[in-house]
Amino acid sequence: MFPKRLSLPLSAETVRSLRAGDIVTLSGEVLTCRDEAHKRIFEYLEKGIDLPFEIEGATFFYAGPCPPRPGKACGSCGPTTSARMDSFAPRLYGLGLAGVIGKGEVSPEVREAIKRSGRCYFAAIGGAGALCGNAVVSCECVAFPDLLSEAVYKLVIKDLPSVVAVDSGGRSVYADART
Amino acid sequence: MHIYNNTQNPAARLDENVSPVLKYPAPRVIIIHQYERRSISAPCAGTDDSMRVIDTKQIEECVYRLALKACVSVTPSCSRAMSAAAERESSPACAFALRVLAENASLALREKMPVCQDTGMSAVFISIGQEVAFSGGALADCVDSGVRRAYEDGYFRKSVCDPLTRVNTSDNTPAVIHYDVVPGDRVKITFMPKGFGSENMSRIYMLKPSEGVEGVIGAIVGAVRDAGSRPCPPVYVGVGIGGTFESCALLAKKALIRPIGEHHIRDDVAYIETEALERINALRIGCQGFGGDTTALGVSCEVMPTHIAGLPVAVNIQCNCVRCETEVL
Repeated sequence: MFPKRLSLPLSAETVRSLRAGDIVTLSGEVLTCRDEAHKRIFEYLEKGIDLPFEIEGATFFYAGPCPPRPGKACGSCGPTTSARMDSFAPRLYGLGLAGVIGKGEVSPEVREAIKRSGRCYFAAIGGAGALCGNAVVSCECVAFPDLLSEAVYKLVIKDLPSVVAVDSGGRSVYADART
Repeated sequence: MHIYNNTQNPAARLDENVSPVLKYPAPRVIIIHQYERRSISAPCAGTDDSMRVIDTKQIEECVYRLALKACVSVTPSCSRAMSAAAERESSPACAFALRVLAENASLALREKMPVCQDTGMSAVFISIGQEVAFSGGALADCVDSGVRRAYEDGYFRKSVCDPLTRVNTSDNTPAVIHYDVVPGDRVKITFMPKGFGSENMSRIYMLKPSEGVEGVIGAIVGAVRDAGSRPCPPVYVGVGIGGTFESCALLAKKALIRPIGEHHIRDDVAYIETEALERINALRIGCQGFGGDTTALGVSCEVMPTHIAGLPVAVNIQCNCVRCETEVL
C-alpha cells in the first residue's frame, strides 16, 4: 500500500476524506510540544500571558528531539506517547489546534474532542527516531529554551511516515477503541 | 548490604572460559543505591598481591564505548525478531510500521544516529569478580563520567531530571547502577539505555501463592494488555518471579539482557515464557497498536526463591528498540 502524501495544514476537505488506518506521509510545519511545554502553556493560559506562538492552526508533534550532529537540521526525533498529554488535548483542540502527531492510543475524551472540532490525530512510528529526525528539514526553537529537548521547536518536516490514528469521525485505529 | 554469593554456580565465574554473553546465573541480591557512596574501609585495607587491580578510568572508558554503541543499534536478536515479525505480518498498517522500523534501524547504525530519540535513563549492570581491586576515582563517578561523555559526544538526548522539580540534570546522569559481586578476576559491564514510554507501562504484582503458574501468566499478559499501544509494541517482556519486592523488579530488568528467543534453562519457566508469548500475541495489539499479528517479540523470565507467603511477579516492558551492550574487562 502506497502512503497518501499530505501537506500541512490540511484542508477541511482532506481531513474529512481521511479514515483511521490510512497510511500517509506528512510534510509541512509542526511545533514540538511534550510534557513540560504543555504544563508551561497551561500556566500561561491561566495567567493570561501571550504565548510566543499561535495555537490556532498549529499542528503539535509530541516529540523531544536529540541534538543534531553537525550538518543536520535535527537529531533523532520520533513521537512520544500521546496518552500523557490527554488531559491537555481537549482544551487545545477547543483553542483551534489543527492536529496532533504522536503515538499510541488517546482517551475517549480526546477522541470526542477530535470529532467535535473536525480534526484528526496521526500516529508517527514510535521507535523510528533516526528516520523521523532525517525527515526534519529545518528546526528552530520558538519557546521555552530552558526546557532543552522539551522546548517548543518549529520543525519543517518532509514525508514523515504516519498512520491516521483517529479520524474526524472519532474512529480509532487502536484495538482499545475498535468495536 | 546483603550478599548472597552463589559460589556453587560455575556459570557465575567471570573468567576466560565464559563467553561475554553469559547465561545469567542464579541472581545474587545486591543493590547498592548509587547515592550511597560513602567509602567503607577496614583498618588495614589494601590490596594483596593476588588481587587484579583495575583503574576505574578503564571502567569509565568501557561505559563510554558501550553507551555510544548501544544508543545507535538494536541487538542482533531484536533485529532478527523484527524481521521475522515483518515477514509474517498480515495487517497493512503494522507491516508498514515494521518496514519503517527496519529502515530506521539500518539508517541509525549507518549515520550513528540514536535508533530512538529516547536514549533513555542509563541502566548499568556491573559484575565484579571478587579478586578485583579498583584503583583511581570512585567507581560510580567514573560510570557517570562515561555516560556524560557518551551522551554529549553521541548527540544523544539528555532525558534525566529531578522527579519533583522536573529540572533536567543536563547530562543524563546519574546512571542507575546495579552491582553484583561474583567469583573471578573479571569485571563485566552491561549498558542498557531504558526508554520510558515502555518503562512507564511496567508493573509489579504481589500475587498469592495459590495463584500459581496461571496467576503468573495472567499477570504478564495483563500488563501487556493494559499497556496497549503505548509502549511502542512489539515489545520485549522481562519478567521477574520470586524474591522480594525490589529484587523481583531487578530480576525483570535483568531478564531483558537475555537475547530474544533464548529460553530459561528450567522447563517450567520456559513454559511460562512460551505460553505468555502466545497469549500476548493473541491479543492482536500489533506493531504500534495498529492491530496485528506481533504484539511481543519475546518473553524472558528470571526466577529466584521467595517467601512462603508470597509470589511476587514484576513485568518490565521494553519497546521495539531493544538496546543492550556488554563487555568483559
